Amino acid sequence: MNARQQVLILYLTTSSLDSPVIAWAFHDGTGRDTHMAGDNDEPPYDTGLDALLDGWRLLQMSPLLPHASGDEYDTSYLKYEFLFEKLIEVTT
Amino acid sequence: MKKAKLLNSRQMANFAARGFLQFNSLVPAALNRSFIKAADANRIPQVRAGVAWSDAYAKNSTLFKVMRLPAVAGIVQSLVGKNPIFDHHFLHVAMPPAFFAKRGREQRSQTTHQDSTIDPRFANFDLQLLYFPHEVTAKMGGTRFIPGTHLRKVSEASVGRYQNMVGQQHVVCPAGTVLAMHHGIWHGGGINRTSKRRLMFKVRLNPTEPQCRLWDTGDLSEEAGEQRAIFWADKQDPEHIHSILCKREEWFEADTGRLEYLNRIRFWRNLVGDPTFDADYWLTRIENMPS
Repeated sequence: MNARQQVLILYLTTSSLDSPVIAWAFHDGTGRDTHMAGDNDEPPYDTGLDALLDGWRLLQMSPLLPHASGDEYDTSYLKYEFLFEKLIEVTT
Repeated sequence: MKKAKLLNSRQMANFAARGFLQFNSLVPAALNRSFIKAADANRIPQVRAGVAWSDAYAKNSTLFKVMRLPAVAGIVQSLVGKNPIFDHHFLHVAMPPAFFAKRGREQRSQTTHQDSTIDPRFANFDLQLLYFPHEVTAKMGGTRFIPGTHLRKVSEASVGRYQNMVGQQHVVCPAGTVLAMHHGIWHGGGINRTSKRRLMFKVRLNPTEPQCRLWDTGDLSEEAGEQRAIFWADKQDPEHIHSILCKREEWFEADTGRLEYLNRIRFWRNLVGDPTFDADYWLTRIENMPS
């Protein structure tokens, strides 16, 4: 199998995979497509589950961590990251 | 010199909540032309960091005239006071596709980032003025920014992983537009797909006084401190200070979106100098610790 990886990262509103997408990134290991910051204002899927239904394989989801004492109300990075892949056959 | 035109309380609340204010066509056409001419001739002055804002630009220079327009001076005074310090300025130039093709380089947008470095200040903030001297069309890839991200503590380009966020905005504006931004707002430059280069001049200013009631507070009613019925089906006045501070952004997570409300309310407490202020009861509830 001569395959390349496509990677989709979705950020959801909650830790649940079927919650709405609020941010995303896409990287294409086949080299057929180029994506970059600000290239699309519409999310590729409504929810993380919709990505599964479209054939994306879930590789990782962010853990739920307790809040450090004193930092309970700080906000920083997006919390609910879900990493997906597709393997695409290529001819070389 | 004409008197500075200060911001009002609704504008300040919107700045507290969303981290920016946009003023279209603020700078007159003649000054815009003069600025572009100076930029084309590479006559943007070098200014040392840390000098008084009042001394940053030569009297009667184009930049001096732009920054001393009553509306621009009013934005500055309302947000960072009468005597801010000049931090730096920079002329951002987005070249057209031909520029990159000629050099065999890929034309890419700027990744999303927060300027400077990790900045845990809360009671104080820097002001960034973005001046667009010519019309910016959608194809020109004007500055992309995500409203409401300014109070998040992140490390500069670490947020570059987020290629796109729901609710992100791309500046499309007429000539002479000025954006006032909190230093923390996440942003990045877009790709210019036209045949003309795109200009944006940014200047960062530091406060030298507490950023408390520096705007025209004449419209700040006592009612703004009173609590409303919450979780109520009646439509709330969208212009009420509480409504502005508790309006969600499209990219908000379900739980941390509420933390954004808390942070905005704390930010507003500093702005109005009232440590007891609350909007829609968010802080009162968690600060209630009877002994």
